Amino acid sequence: MSTPQSKSKVQKKPPTNIFAGLNRDTFDYFDPSEYMKKFKKGISSQLIAAISKDKDEPEWMLHQRFKAYEYFTRIPMPDFGPGLEALDFDEICFFAKAADKKGGYENWEQVPAYIKNTFDRLGIPEAEKKVLAGVGAQYESEVVYHSLEKELATQGVLFLDMDVAVHRHPELVQKYFMKCVPANDHKFAALHGAVWSGGTFLYVPKGVKIEKPLQAYFRMNAMNMGQFEHTLIIIEEGAEAHYIEGCSAPKYGSNALHAGCVEIFVGKSAKFRYSSVENWSKDTYNLNTKRAIVEESATMEWVGGNMGSGVTMLYPCSILKGRNARADHLGIAFANSGQIQDTGAKIFHLGENTSSRLTMKSISKGGGRSIYRGDLRIAKSAKNAMSQVECDALILDPVSISDTYPNIKVDNNSATISHEARVGRLNEEDIFYLTSRGIPQAQAEAMIVNGFINPIVRELPLEYAVEMNRLIELEMENSIG
Amino acid sequence: MSALLELKNLHVAINSKAVLKGVNLVINEGEVHTLMGPNGSGKSTLSNTIMGHPKYRVTKGDILYQGKSILKMEPYQRALIGIFLAFQYPKEIAGVTLEEFLLAAYRAKQAYNEPTKPPVLVFRFKKMLHEIMKEFKMPEDFSERFLNQGFSGGEKKKAEALQMAVLEPILAVLDETDSGLDVDALKTITVNIDKVMRKKNTGVLLVTHYQRILKHLKPDFVHVMKDGRIIKSGGPKLAHELEEKGYEQL
Repeated sequence: MSTPQSKSKVQKKPPTNIFAGLNRDTFDYFDPSEYMKKFKKGISSQLIAAISKDKDEPEWMLHQRFKAYEYFTRIPMPDFGPGLEALDFDEICFFAKAADKKGGYENWEQVPAYIKNTFDRLGIPEAEKKVLAGVGAQYESEVVYHSLEKELATQGVLFLDMDVAVHRHPELVQKYFMKCVPANDHKFAALHGAVWSGGTFLYVPKGVKIEKPLQAYFRMNAMNMGQFEHTLIIIEEGAEAHYIEGCSAPKYGSNALHAGCVEIFVGKSAKFRYSSVENWSKDTYNLNTKRAIVEESATMEWVGGNMGSGVTMLYPCSILKGRNARADHLGIAFANSGQIQDTGAKIFHLGENTSSRLTMKSISKGGGRSIYRGDLRIAKSAKNAMSQVECDALILDPVSISDTYPNIKVDNNSATISHEARVGRLNEEDIFYLTSRGIPQAQAEAMIVNGFINPIVRELPLEYAVEMNRLIELEMENSIG
Repeated sequence: MSALLELKNLHVAINSKAVLKGVNLVINEGEVHTLMGPNGSGKSTLSNTIMGHPKYRVTKGDILYQGKSILKMEPYQRALIGIFLAFQYPKEIAGVTLEEFLLAAYRAKQAYNEPTKPPVLVFRFKKMLHEIMKEFKMPEDFSERFLNQGFSGGEKKKAEALQMAVLEPILAVLDETDSGLDVDALKTITVNIDKVMRKKNTGVLLVTHYQRILKHLKPDFVHVMKDGRIIKSGGPKLAHELEEKGYEQL
């Protein structure tokens, strides 16, 4: 009798799933990066001037960059969270471009073949055909592809490379750019303000409702790369949209840095959902800032999955400015071997009757460490505010760690607040039950983990839920990470 | 030909406490063996040990399945070669539907038995599952519920029997699958267990406290377990005797 171990590996998903073929190689594959020879490591005011010149930016933007750089040199590193001592700014390449086409191509066939292949492997053109209303694809510092359904364009929707938006819509950009996340917010916001490049500009005019999601995919390819894309989203009164971001990079064993910035303005009675699946390589520092200002009766929803990165510090923030504004934060963080996932949320209640709900699920495995860090504030002006916070941690083995740092500050005693935190461990009896039906242990564990995050994953469009589940399976298969 | 299952002088300990102290038992294909005995006599330990629960340590003796020792096999490997355990207390797994769980199990078995065949398509599997569920008098949406979550005691037992019907084992260990069921449900379950037995010539080890299931699932042998040993074996009559006189007389 042979043991079944060797035989049971044949597992295929039905071909309709766009992302089902994803495996470790999909992300770790990298293109040769000859173009990198042209770009120097380290940051300086000369570099900043050169970036701005390369983009042919207006004077005000250059000025903003210099101001941000000044903040960067003055503001100390964060005094909380994981240590960032190993992050050497002199070893990072802050700006590099592989293709030279301003604003990106409008047809995949025009995109250089090796770059297109990368996005093909990640399933982006396929997803575009099937489920998306528009796509942006960024490779290193610049956007290589951008598209938007014609119908939406005629309705006045703008979905552009951020660099292009600076030129074509200076009045809008100048009005909103880094007004939600000011450059002096913290060190990495300052750094971002100085060297930002590429990203997405989305403008949805009053009353326009976009049903299909729009997506941007950010890919770092070269070693020691730094990516600083800027995403500026303006949703006007009564408008609705859903935007998805995907991110990945290959693994080199040498540090990369991602310090993106997402600014969202949700107008009166508008509704916006921002979903992201971040899967940076394990040698990436992911120090991202995402923030939304939510006006009267508007809704902001965050759905996020953080799988990759060596160190992540990410706390999507909702500022509930108008009365009856609401925010929903759903997050998953998976900390595997050698990873620190320091994630959570910031929610500031300013308006009356504002409400927020936060559900955070974290998984720690193979010595990984996941930290929930929350900052919930109810201002004096926020009468009858309501907030519900729920954090669930699942620890898969005895060497992994989970911590919770909830900070709640209430200046108004009419507020209703609930905070629940639970920590669970993978249960031997549950695994035995699943394996007793012929399911190998790693797959059984992946099932339990996928079940644990199901309440959040089911909020993603089906194809992305499949991708998320697949990423979890990859994490569960490999203990080396 | 070797027996389907042979337990040879099986000793089992949990956390170094001896629970089974030399169990001998032979089950051939197509046979129904009933295992009865007072609480704490080691019946569930025996069931879990056959399936390979990591907590139950075999300290002496052997378990032979189709003539070969399975002691070194993981639970999932034992399942793939045809062993099934219907749990006394099925686990509740949040976020995993009964259907996706069974699909994964079915595909794993299929990949083992017919490695060259492509895995069953989701819609085909669904169709098959719904047909079997109909025989269990279960509504179609039952399989969309999370595994055992919020199931009543009876529903859990029914779901265990459903899993057996889908996976069609060669050896089925049913650990008190009859308890907590009303008469109709009991009948439905046993009819379907019987069906699998006819199809696969399945051998059954039925752990129970009650005589009533034996009306539907006629045992070939009845064994009485006490203090980690089988102290008496006999035909169906033994079950009657036990119900009348209890275990004390033994």
